[in-house]
Amino acid sequence: MTLQNFMNEAISPWMREQGPNHDIVLSSRIRLARNFADVPFPIIADQKELEEIREFFKRHYEHQSFEEYQNFEFVSIRDLTAIEKSVLVEKHLISPLLAKKEGAAATLISDNEQVSVMINEEDHIRIQIYFPGLQLTKALNKALEFDDWIEDKVNYAFDEKRGFLTSCPTNVGTGMRASVMMHLPALAMTKQINRMMPAINQLGLVVRGIYGEGSEALGNIFQISNQITLGKAEEHIIEDLESVVQQLIEHERKARTRILEQSGMELENRIFRSLGVLEYSRIIESKEAARCLSNVRLGIDLGIIKNVSRNILNELMVLTQPGFLQHYAKKTLTMAERDILRASLIRERLQFEE
Amino acid sequence: MECHECQERPATLHYTQVINGHKTEVNICEVCAKEKGYMTYPEEGYSLHNLLTGLFNFDTSHVNTPGAHIKKEKEHQCPKCGLTFSEFKQIGKFGCGECYHTFSANLNPIFRRVHSGNTEHRGKIPKRKGGNLHLKKQVATYKAQLQELITNEEFEQAAVIRDRIKELEAKINQKEAGDSR
Repeated sequence: MTLQNFMNEAISPWMREQGPNHDIVLSSRIRLARNFADVPFPIIADQKELEEIREFFKRHYEHQSFEEYQNFEFVSIRDLTAIEKSVLVEKHLISPLLAKKEGAAATLISDNEQVSVMINEEDHIRIQIYFPGLQLTKALNKALEFDDWIEDKVNYAFDEKRGFLTSCPTNVGTGMRASVMMHLPALAMTKQINRMMPAINQLGLVVRGIYGEGSEALGNIFQISNQITLGKAEEHIIEDLESVVQQLIEHERKARTRILEQSGMELENRIFRSLGVLEYSRIIESKEAARCLSNVRLGIDLGIIKNVSRNILNELMVLTQPGFLQHYAKKTLTMAERDILRASLIRERLQFEE
Repeated sequence: MECHECQERPATLHYTQVINGHKTEVNICEVCAKEKGYMTYPEEGYSLHNLLTGLFNFDTSHVNTPGAHIKKEKEHQCPKCGLTFSEFKQIGKFGCGECYHTFSANLNPIFRRVHSGNTEHRGKIPKRKGGNLHLKKQVATYKAQLQELITNEEFEQAAVIRDRIKELEAKINQKEAGDSR
């Protein structure tokens, strides 16, 4: 059963590959918002109309494949338990908004979890595609091809002047949100990131935490994405985003070198203490776990910690989220119980590394 | 009472949790509640959409007389989904594709604010739905080129471009005739 596969592994198969600049960029994502021309948007449409859209996707795309994205699994949100929904959100396969929807909300997820389509979220269709590392152009091209594939069967709401019509005016035009997930511990440590944010915002880009709007940068993971969707071609939006990301990478690398030169022993101390906390804790809350994981990952990137794999950050960040912990325990857990299970899972995972 | 979790902020959420018959009193602050997943995916206090709603309202203030302003809103209702302009301003979302045409006259200031001064799409044209739009855009590009070539007196090159325009226009006419059948 494929849903079970999505549930069992904390990191998606595509994450196991190393992309360009993988020491800093965890992933690149393109999201396209699309709607049916002749059906009101989900906010207004009645249950019957949305149900028809759900049925349409089930009929035409379940178990279909597009190029390397094989065997799409069709999942209706109403068939999922609360814990299953949280797991899909924690893996970024669906949005928190879709998880909250009842009725006709659904999703299509490819075998390798690289592509997911959210159905009846804020818009009728939201296509998401992920690539490891910094690969925005590749992700964009794939997303646009996939979009053509969907358009073969769907009559899109498109207007010559305004472009792709979306429920929210912040998405109209290209309907595209491109985002890059970055691990920026040195810029965070030196507080440089705070100084850079206003400049980034001025370029029409936004910086957010790991779980999107309003979330904090848990584990020094930041998400940079475009705000403007109207009046600029997709390629240009990507170019602007890419150039800012490149600069952030450069600054992060410089900051890492500087810290290493100026306070190498302190840094090494901090990294190994974090590793110690993860290896020996019996109770650990998510914030502390994220902080330690970020330090350990930095230690791996700098060659200070040698026998632990890079994926540990992505994997444990997801594995230690409330939904995953409860999925693992197969029951609802109190906060205190979660902190204990989190510590024990992290210990187990680290022992497995040695 | 201070928050059980952070022991810093005052506890603002108090409730009793019963799990497998075991009762626990929980007193925590909102920040920790969010972090610890007591409030799973809460509505953001002041989201982008609240901000937008504010912007929309601000935008209509340019309508001079208050009377005309109200009347205008009453008249503006989307024939397809029934959404009124004031409802749109309230929720910050369109109800259907037709809304974009219905409220077209009032949208430019909103788009300008949200999209750094832009009001028109410059990106992808859908393959199928876009139909002749691709060709029409190409013709527009060629026409601009032609103008430039003529100004520069490069007539030979201009003739080539002119022929291309003719070819494309023939294609467009053919397609349009086909579509209307």
